[in-house]
Amino acid sequence: MKPVKRAPHTPDLSKCPTGIQGLDEITDGGLPRGRPTLVCGTAGCGKTLLAMEFLLRGAMEFDEPGVFLSFEETGPELTQNFRPLGFDLDGLIRRKKIAVDYVYIDRNEIQEAGDYDLEGLFLRLSHAIAQVGARRVVLDTIEALFSGLSNPAILRAELRRLFRWLKDHGLTAIITGEQGEKTLTRYGLEEYVADCVIALDHRIIEQTATRRMRIVKYRGSKHGTNEYPFLIDEHGISVLPITSLDLSHRASTERIPSGIERLDTMMGGRGYYRGSNILVSGTAGTGKTSIAAHFAQACCRRGERCLWFAFEESPEQIMRNMRSIGIDLEPWVRKGLLYFHATRPTLYGLEMHLVTMHKLTQQHRPEVVIVDPVTNFLAIGSPAESKAMLIRLVDFFKSRQITTLFTSLSAGGSGIETTDVGISSIMDTWLLLRDIENSGERNRGIYLLKSRGMAHSNQIREFQLTNNGVELLDVYLGPSGTLLTGSSRIVQDARDKAETLVRRQDIERKQREIERKRRLIEAQIAALRAEFESECEELNRTVSQEELGEKVQGQTRARLAEQRQADQPSAGKQERKS
Amino acid sequence: MKTRSATASFEKALTRTQSSNYVLRLFVTGLTPRSVRAIANIRKICEEHLHGRYTLEVVDIYQQPTLAEGEQIIAAPTLIKKLPLPLRRIIGDLSDTDKVLIGLDLRKK
Repeated sequence: MKPVKRAPHTPDLSKCPTGIQGLDEITDGGLPRGRPTLVCGTAGCGKTLLAMEFLLRGAMEFDEPGVFLSFEETGPELTQNFRPLGFDLDGLIRRKKIAVDYVYIDRNEIQEAGDYDLEGLFLRLSHAIAQVGARRVVLDTIEALFSGLSNPAILRAELRRLFRWLKDHGLTAIITGEQGEKTLTRYGLEEYVADCVIALDHRIIEQTATRRMRIVKYRGSKHGTNEYPFLIDEHGISVLPITSLDLSHRASTERIPSGIERLDTMMGGRGYYRGSNILVSGTAGTGKTSIAAHFAQACCRRGERCLWFAFEESPEQIMRNMRSIGIDLEPWVRKGLLYFHATRPTLYGLEMHLVTMHKLTQQHRPEVVIVDPVTNFLAIGSPAESKAMLIRLVDFFKSRQITTLFTSLSAGGSGIETTDVGISSIMDTWLLLRDIENSGERNRGIYLLKSRGMAHSNQIREFQLTNNGVELLDVYLGPSGTLLTGSSRIVQDARDKAETLVRRQDIERKQREIERKRRLIEAQIAALRAEFESECEELNRTVSQEELGEKVQGQTRARLAEQRQADQPSAGKQERKS
Repeated sequence: MKTRSATASFEKALTRTQSSNYVLRLFVTGLTPRSVRAIANIRKICEEHLHGRYTLEVVDIYQQPTLAEGEQIIAAPTLIKKLPLPLRRIIGDLSDTDKVLIGLDLRKK
């Protein structure tokens, strides 16, 4: 038996790129080429726009002309509707890139009398296709036929024939359909279009409207299965591929400084990893934005671009405030290295924010992104939603090797760490800023709660916002090893200094005493020596006197003997006799 | 006298519209059995009910595809009653004479 050869990774199903931002990613390359795709959804969810953008981008970007068979809007209406989105439909029609045919059906005009088919429609379609050499077709929305014609048997047979026909001609088609109550489409179009079904949705949750898209099915292709938010703005549709389908972003070993020297020291002296994400959390007024500003400034100094999403303060306000601590961001803004995007988080839904951030990131291509603060998102969605969104955001930035700094406002009280648990698990580096309340004052402390993949200090450091920005202070530990901050640090400092002084004085005093003792002993030694010398002298004098006396005696005795004329006495007798 | 003549001319005009103002156009797709049936059916109905006061034009949209677009043809065959107003489209092979007559406003529903 021959081993069964596995199909290569590229599917044999050919894809037709839509050119719509994000849609090609979640469909793994586009719509099935040469097959019809059903786009269904409620009224006003963007079906027509999606279909039209597919045609327009096909004509403009992929050189695939298209036919738009509209059952709802007339040609001029369509042109008008798409002009604000920056599409020149008229021009494309003139250049024979796109053909629009408006199919008018009015039930009041129509009387059915006997057997018929939809050859008229087929003919119009093929005529339009032949006119522009179309590769793409949109039928928007073919359901109008159901409301115009009353014989469902004929209609269904003809629709089946139509889709067969589209397939036979190798046309990539989008068929739109209104959502039914329980079915995907009101008239069960999904029965005929079985290859790819995309459902659009326009939901309002807690007063914010969000558009979502889901690939319900896609035969023969892998695709993202989630609901993807999408955005309709001045550039058409952009779909947000929420999570990258795999977890495979590159991990850089390059390090980039935080902008605060002593903070870098705490992280092994080199700062954050490039492409990592940093969470700076802390209660109100702990200096989160200042730390972010340092990072932004450091980034711009390296000549890299920084994108700052501000959700609390206006750019002006941030710049003014940062100037007060010696960080001037304005030159970087003027140079175009720093770009602020300030919005209120409540302005629109989570997804909309996400899409906006995507778009801006793609536009500005920054190396560093600052989200200040990320917690404001949590206010507009449920915790699960906001976490999901944050994961998407983090994934997105990571996949682009963008270093991201999120600030996070945590609620006061004891559970600072627990409040951030929701988002902290996806963060690489977590800087915790905290108030240290002690002896009637509040001081700022900073520490690295975690920093993946690097040796980092476990020390809680006190820092101050000075005229030169954030400054980490020397570590002062109290007697029991606790960190001393603020005035207690100053007191400790003073105490330390006083103690040093006392100790030095003590040493000096002791040294002086030693000297004194040495001198005393030396004096004593001198005195003793003098005494000894004088005694020696005395003794010597006595000795010499005695010697002299003996000599004199001997001489006297000799002289007496001479006088007596006696003989020389023997030494022994002489002694005895005398 | 004047009023009478005015009324007379109005009635004369009325009879003229009634008698000669049926403008019908039948769109077919080639000579399919259905097309042939439709042509035969409409000819018969016209002769029976509109004798002498209609014009009927048969158009093969295969030959004139632009007309299909211009006349908003979807189904085939389609009979369009252009006049008298209101415009009406009768689709099918016109085998259901009652419905054709209703469509042509020759019979009340």
